[in-house]
Amino acid sequence: MPSIIEAFQSQVGRKILTGLTGFLLLFFVIFHLAGNLAIFGDPDAMNSYSHFLHQLGPLLWIARIGLIIIFVVHAWIGISIWLGKRKARPKDYNVYSSKGGPSKQSLSSRSMAFTGFVLLVFVVIHINTFALGDAGTVVVDGEQMTDIKTLVINTFQNPIYAFGYTFVMILLGAHLGHGIWSAFTSLTLRSPKASATIYTIGAVVAVLLAAGFLFIPLYIYFGGGCEAALINCN
Amino acid sequence: MSDMTINLKIWRQKNSTDSGRFEDYLLPGVNEHMSFLEMLDVLNEKLMKEGGDPVEFDHDCREGICGSCNMVINGRAHGPKHQTAACQLHMRNYNDGDTIVIEPPRAAAFPVIKDLVVDRSALDRIIEAGGYISVKTGAAPEANLIPVPQEVSNQAFDYATCIGCGACVAACPNSSASLFTGAKLSHLNSLPQGQPERDKRSIAMVNQMEKEGFGDCSNYAECEAVCPVGISISAIAQMRRDYMKAVF
Repeated sequence: MPSIIEAFQSQVGRKILTGLTGFLLLFFVIFHLAGNLAIFGDPDAMNSYSHFLHQLGPLLWIARIGLIIIFVVHAWIGISIWLGKRKARPKDYNVYSSKGGPSKQSLSSRSMAFTGFVLLVFVVIHINTFALGDAGTVVVDGEQMTDIKTLVINTFQNPIYAFGYTFVMILLGAHLGHGIWSAFTSLTLRSPKASATIYTIGAVVAVLLAAGFLFIPLYIYFGGGCEAALINCN
Repeated sequence: MSDMTINLKIWRQKNSTDSGRFEDYLLPGVNEHMSFLEMLDVLNEKLMKEGGDPVEFDHDCREGICGSCNMVINGRAHGPKHQTAACQLHMRNYNDGDTIVIEPPRAAAFPVIKDLVVDRSALDRIIEAGGYISVKTGAAPEANLIPVPQEVSNQAFDYATCIGCGACVAACPNSSASLFTGAKLSHLNSLPQGQPERDKRSIAMVNQMEKEGFGDCSNYAECEAVCPVGISISAIAQMRRDYMKAVF
C-alpha cells in the first residue's frame, strides 16, 4: 500500500490534487469578483472592504499563505503534466486531429498549459500592482490605509493595464471553460449524463466570471468610476 | 461504382532504432467494398510484385474483436468513424483521389517494431499487475451461486468490452493509458468476484501504468471518442475512486 504522500504523487493522486486545488481557486476567484464589484457600490465600499480584510489580521495571513500553497500546487502539477507529454510521446504525429463526438478537445482544453502559465505570470504582476502599489492613503474607521479604490482607478487609466487585464481575463475564462468540468471529472464524477450537464454549467460559469472581471478595467478605462472616487481621469 | 485511386502516405520504419520516414504510394484499383486493411493488402501485393518491402501492420480477427489493427489514419486512431476499428472501416468512406496518411500509434510506451507495428506489451503488463481474479480452477461453478444485479453486470460488461487496442493511448495528447487501465480495473472491481483483490488491484494497475511511461490524464476525453467499443471515461473516474478508496 502506498502512503498518502506517495498516493498523491501518483498519476491518479496528482489529478485529484489538481481538481481539488482547482476548485479552491475557483471559489477564491468567485469571492474575488464579489469583492471587485464593490467598485460599483457606495464610494467608500471598496476601501471599507479592503479595511475589513486587513483587520482580519492573522486570519488574512493564513488565507494568503493557504492560497499561495494551493496556487503553487496547482501550477506545479500542471507544469509537470505538460512537461510529461513530451516524455510520453517523444515523436509527435505528422497529422493529428480530434475525432469529435464525446471528445472534450477544444481550444480551451488544448491551451490549459498556455492559459495557466499566463495566469501564473499575471498573478505575480497583479499582486505587485495592487497589493504593493501606491496611490496615497485614506482613513477608514480611524485607520490609515492604502487608497485601493484610487489605485485601481489610476491603474486602469493606462491602456496597457486595462486591455492587458481584459485579455488575461478572457484567458481565465478559457482556462475555466475546460477546468471546471475537468475538476469534477478528476474528483471522480462518473455519470455521463451529469457530466454533460456539468460541462455546460462549467462553460457558462467560466464565461460569466471572465465577463465580470473584464468589465471592471474596461468600465474604468472608458471613464467609469472617476467621479465617485473624486479623482481627475483623462 | 468505379474503382478509386488513393494516395497513401505511410510511415516506414525498418526497426525500433531506425529514425523512419514517410513514403508515398499511388494505389489504383481500390474498391469501395474493401475494408481498410484489404486496401493495405492490395498495396502489399503490389509492393511485393514490384520487389519492394510490404508495409507491416498488425491484424488478426479483422472483425473488431482482437484490437490488433490500431493505426492512426489521417490523425485519428482507427480512422474517421466512431466505434469502428480500422479493420471495420471501409473504403466507401473515402473518395477517388483522396490522400490518406497512416502512422503507427505514437507513445514512448509503444516502441515501433516495424512500420505500423508497435510493441503494446506495456498494456499486457498492466493486466499482469492486477487485471485478474484468483479462483480455484476445476469444474465450472454454478452460474447463479453469486447473484449480480443486472445493472452491475451490464456496467461491468461495458468495461469488459475493451479490446486492448491502445487507440486511447494513441489519441490522447498526453499518451495516457487511463481509459485502458480504468476499463480493465473497473470491469473486475464492479463484480463480486473481483472484490477480494480490489484494493490491491487498483493500486498495482495504476502504479504499473505510470511505470510503463504512459502520460497523465488531462480529461480530454479523446480516448472515448476513438475507442472502437465506445468505453466511457466514467471508467477513469471509477479508477480514481477505487485507487483513493484503496489508499484511505
